[in-house]
Amino acid sequence: MPFDTSSALAIRARGLVKRFGTFTAVDGIDLDVPRGTIFAILGPNGAGKTTLLRMLATLLRPDGGEATVMGHDLLAEPDAVRGAISLTGQFASLDEDLTGRENLVMLARLWGFGRAAARERAAALLAAFDLAEAGHRQVKAYSGGMRRRLDIAASLVVTPGILFLDEPTTGLDPTARTGVWALIRGLAASGVTILLTTQYLEEADQLASRIAVIDHGRKIAEGTSRQLKAQTGSGALHITPLGPSDIAAGALGRLSGRLVHRSPEGGELSVPVRDAAEAQEILAALGREGVGLADFRMGQPTLEEVFFALTGGPRPETRP
Amino acid sequence: MTEIALEPPARPAPPASVPQAEEMAPSLAAVTAVPRPPRPSALANALTFAWRAVLKFKHVPEQLFDLVMTPIMFTLLFTFVFGGALAGSPREYLQFFLPGILIQTVIFNAVYSGVGLCTDLQKGLFDRFRSLPVWSLAPFAGLIVGDVLRHLIAGAIILGIGLGLGFRPEGGIWGTLGAVLLLLAVGFGVGWVFLVLGLLVRTPTTVMTFGFTVLFPVVFASNIMVDPATMPAWLRTVVELNPVSHMTTALRGLFGGSATTGEVALALAAPAALTLGLAPVVLRLYRRA
Repeated sequence: MPFDTSSALAIRARGLVKRFGTFTAVDGIDLDVPRGTIFAILGPNGAGKTTLLRMLATLLRPDGGEATVMGHDLLAEPDAVRGAISLTGQFASLDEDLTGRENLVMLARLWGFGRAAARERAAALLAAFDLAEAGHRQVKAYSGGMRRRLDIAASLVVTPGILFLDEPTTGLDPTARTGVWALIRGLAASGVTILLTTQYLEEADQLASRIAVIDHGRKIAEGTSRQLKAQTGSGALHITPLGPSDIAAGALGRLSGRLVHRSPEGGELSVPVRDAAEAQEILAALGREGVGLADFRMGQPTLEEVFFALTGGPRPETRP
Repeated sequence: MTEIALEPPARPAPPASVPQAEEMAPSLAAVTAVPRPPRPSALANALTFAWRAVLKFKHVPEQLFDLVMTPIMFTLLFTFVFGGALAGSPREYLQFFLPGILIQTVIFNAVYSGVGLCTDLQKGLFDRFRSLPVWSLAPFAGLIVGDVLRHLIAGAIILGIGLGLGFRPEGGIWGTLGAVLLLLAVGFGVGWVFLVLGLLVRTPTTVMTFGFTVLFPVVFASNIMVDPATMPAWLRTVVELNPVSHMTTALRGLFGGSATTGEVALALAAPAALTLGLAPVVLRLYRRA
């Protein structure tokens, strides 16, 4: 194996720092990424996500701290690290003048495949990524989703120990985004460790088993999606009334003694609750008052609310 | 090999996108189960990048149009419009001017490798190259091969037109061969200036504009177009010190069969100095970029 498999951690970083002039982009970040997992770095624009990723991918030299990537020291053995990783940058890192096939053949040759083997490899990747028919076309003619798929395919010419994905779905339409998500899950299932950055809470929530929230170059929280949500301390009861929502909202507010939040569409009402028992009491009381319900559910707070609770500042962008 | 069953998204996606997403899910087990090949040699890496440069000519042939149109127009305009006045007859002027326009073509060509490098950097392509375990100079080998091809193709076209119009290389085949080698050396040397620019400047168009802004006076304040004898004294000094003049003089000598070792050495001084001075800078900037 080209990478050391003795450690259970794919990435172990301690106190990573990167400064650009007087600006500190990454300000002492620790990271433990277990092997075989999807790990998300969540943060708003300018939080330092890309800088952190570029340091771990050997593209930027840290100004402080240390890290091992797949068992190799980032500073002492950058070439060994490069052999164990693949990076898919924020902007499709492809040669737009070449065809999709030529891009893959070129990378396969750079990794050491022979002429015929490289062509075979390119064909297999194109087929697997649903690009077989577009293989002979120049990349500049590809759609955003196709580029992204080719870009990820280009990162899998040899199977990396870790795949770095910098904002893998930024700028994609919902269909293409769902496709990329399916791809990422499939890759993780085949044993590749994935470290991705995102500014979309939904994406981190959907994909990652662990999430590190970073802001202004510092890690402000880390855990599973559930743990992060639990940090805000409460959940919420959501109901969809059968009758007029004003009456239901009045009853809900009175029974819970809390401020009722209406969904933007107006169909759903929610109130914060301490626990499931309290939610049950409120539901029973609503039933006694004759408020009919079309639907109800107990929800955890959204990551958006978590982020707000953690930073107390402006929350990261959400998808429209 | 088995197809990986992908779990449906935990939260339902918009209905229209669901079937499409499932179609897209590839048989990833098949593509991630391939063993790694042994690590290739530095030479193999460099050749791969050279192959990329050749493919660029196949896919973007119009780049050659840009490269040769200006020198062709210069050749025709100067020869037929000014030639008679400057040298007695267009034919005599062509004999004087053609080596100069070849130098100019190669120097202007060098701008394009800087533009190409800047484009690659801007698109993030070099991020991918730099995150690969390949010889760190290999991508530059590709750029240099691309340059050499550009110089050869553009030079051949200009020389062909010159021969058609009556240019006669009296130095014969060896003189011409020597001239071609000198042209490549000039292009190689000047190329470093624009690789540095390509690494420093953010946008490819800026590299282009800046490059030509600097090059125009350097090329015109030389003996490419006219003999400096009629110029004011101060300008004559500038022209005589301009390395482009030395290159042009040596090239004329090689084509004409009268070049001295001293002339050629003087012509090679600037390309050699640029290579020695700037190649380390390019490497540093590339590793840092």
